[in-house]
Amino acid sequence: MTTTELEEDGEPTRRDFIHIFGAVTATAGAGAVLWPLVDQMNPDASVLALSTKEVDLSGVAVGQAIKIMWQGKPVFIRRRTEAEIAEAAETPLGALKDPVARNDNVSGSLDATDDARVTGADGVARPEWLVLVGVCTHLGCIPLGTASGESRGDYDGWFCPCHGSHYDLAGRIRKGPAPENLPVPPYEFLSDTLVKIG
Amino acid sequence: MSHPSTYNPGNGFEKWLDRRLPIIRMSADFMDFPTPKNLNYWWTFGGILAVCLVIQIITGVVLAMHYVPHTSMAFDSVEHIMRDVNYGWLMRYVHANGGSMFFLAVYIHMFRGVYYGSYKEPREVIWMLGVVIFLLMMATAFMGYVLPWGQMSYWGATVITNLFSAIPLVGEDIRTLLWGGFSVDNPTLNRFYSLHYLLPFAIFGVVALHIWAFHTSGNGNPTGVEVKDVKKDTVPFHPYYTVKDSFAIVVFFILFAAFVFFNPNGLGHPDNYIEANPLSTPASIVPEWYFLPFYAILRAITFDIGPISSKLGGVIAMFSSILVLFILPWLDTSKVRSMRYRPVARMWFVIFIIACVALGYLGGKPAEGSYVLYAQIATGYYFAFFLIILPLLGIMETPKPLPRSISESVLNAHKPSDAAPEGAASAPAE
Repeated sequence: MTTTELEEDGEPTRRDFIHIFGAVTATAGAGAVLWPLVDQMNPDASVLALSTKEVDLSGVAVGQAIKIMWQGKPVFIRRRTEAEIAEAAETPLGALKDPVARNDNVSGSLDATDDARVTGADGVARPEWLVLVGVCTHLGCIPLGTASGESRGDYDGWFCPCHGSHYDLAGRIRKGPAPENLPVPPYEFLSDTLVKIG
Repeated sequence: MSHPSTYNPGNGFEKWLDRRLPIIRMSADFMDFPTPKNLNYWWTFGGILAVCLVIQIITGVVLAMHYVPHTSMAFDSVEHIMRDVNYGWLMRYVHANGGSMFFLAVYIHMFRGVYYGSYKEPREVIWMLGVVIFLLMMATAFMGYVLPWGQMSYWGATVITNLFSAIPLVGEDIRTLLWGGFSVDNPTLNRFYSLHYLLPFAIFGVVALHIWAFHTSGNGNPTGVEVKDVKKDTVPFHPYYTVKDSFAIVVFFILFAAFVFFNPNGLGHPDNYIEANPLSTPASIVPEWYFLPFYAILRAITFDIGPISSKLGGVIAMFSSILVLFILPWLDTSKVRSMRYRPVARMWFVIFIIACVALGYLGGKPAEGSYVLYAQIATGYYFAFFLIILPLLGIMETPKPLPRSISESVLNAHKPSDAAPEGAASAPAE
């Protein structure tokens, strides 16, 4: 702003005020228009309405695993045998690539113990039931190992065929390029055989 | 345009229009543009690329009349185009193979630019606009490949959108914004369709700027010596280069037609004829051939670098491999444009091409064993070429003497070499 635009006491003129006020108003208006244009790309109401799902587990035998769809992604639910629970529980934390529980049901960053991986929204650990989002944390492929006969990797859990990540019996990353354990989604047991995911 | 207008309105109507909308003058000056007389066939790829863009837009508009962008109907509508729509198979095969032809031509065009130093002063902006076009092409091609909603479409989209989740803090939000949900799904397909239709017109606009820019600075040429005398060194674009470009386009069409009519799926992946299934990942996810070098660079970073995880490191390396092209005009310190006069640089350039082809080969191989090591070596060379070799060569090498003018280089090339002492070039005898 040059001195000719200033009044004698050095204050901005009324014209400067109008310019600044006009520019600020236009910027705010542009922002107010831009926001809806960007936000419309976020998940819409119909997508969010499908954000929970109830699953009946009465047909799942011990040692069996099932795959269901939740929010467009597969969720693995494995009913683990006593031997599998023991194997997962005995794994020392030092052997884990990602030591964080990655469980949406527990607050904070708990260690990835087997108990912390099988805890539901009520805070109770149910070692028999392992619930996981079945999307590899590397680049989003679906790991194998849920259906019988599929490769379960070097750690008896899941194996991602895309880039070779191995997950163990608690869905924890043990080997390969994936950076994190398979996440545990929010879930709640409504009865002994009915679980609500989401 | 930088040359004085030579257009004379011929009749009353042209005179009338010329005072109101000088569009005939603009076209006439475009065709009359003084172009270096020594351009070789590597310079025809610009015209070939313009033809590719037009073919993609025309066939794409036609396909959009029959395609349905919905997860439950997209795959079937593509088969409907193939089986039911009159000449639908032709339109789709031309469009699908046209993408490959487009990238083939753009890679040759870009290697041409590097070899002849086409990005050097005063043509930096032409080059940078070219990199913008290349980025837009990649985005367009990626989104187009998702539309048939086959297995490779779905899983390619999943892998590539997941790359964004590697960005710290905002990565997951960006990914959700791209998806419009919690995974690649119908909202994703819809927005990709919308953008796939939009971006080619954005490319068209940037191409116009690209052409405007080289009509301001003038074309480069194989000697890298600037035009000194418009009369001696240049010829009008039409008919000299319209004819030369047309011939090249016809030859290019032969290759194009060979793919379309004799091996239309040769460059595609059979898994994309299986409808997308979010519950089953194909055994190996491979992008289209023209993305393989960048895919190899992405996967070559298998180690953490300080606080940067291998996943983020791979993403950074992949994007950097393209972004480094933006600063290439300032990385190459040599004042000599053409590698014709830079024998040492030429050797490194040949290794660079080998590294790029090797990356393309390795990108299609599983990321295991020695393939990873080779990809790391080739990735290392790719970056070293731009960041170490080109900056140092300009200071260290001794280039061969340049011809004094375009005209002199052309005339010397047609004399017996022993009878053409340095500087002996003059007007031809006839």
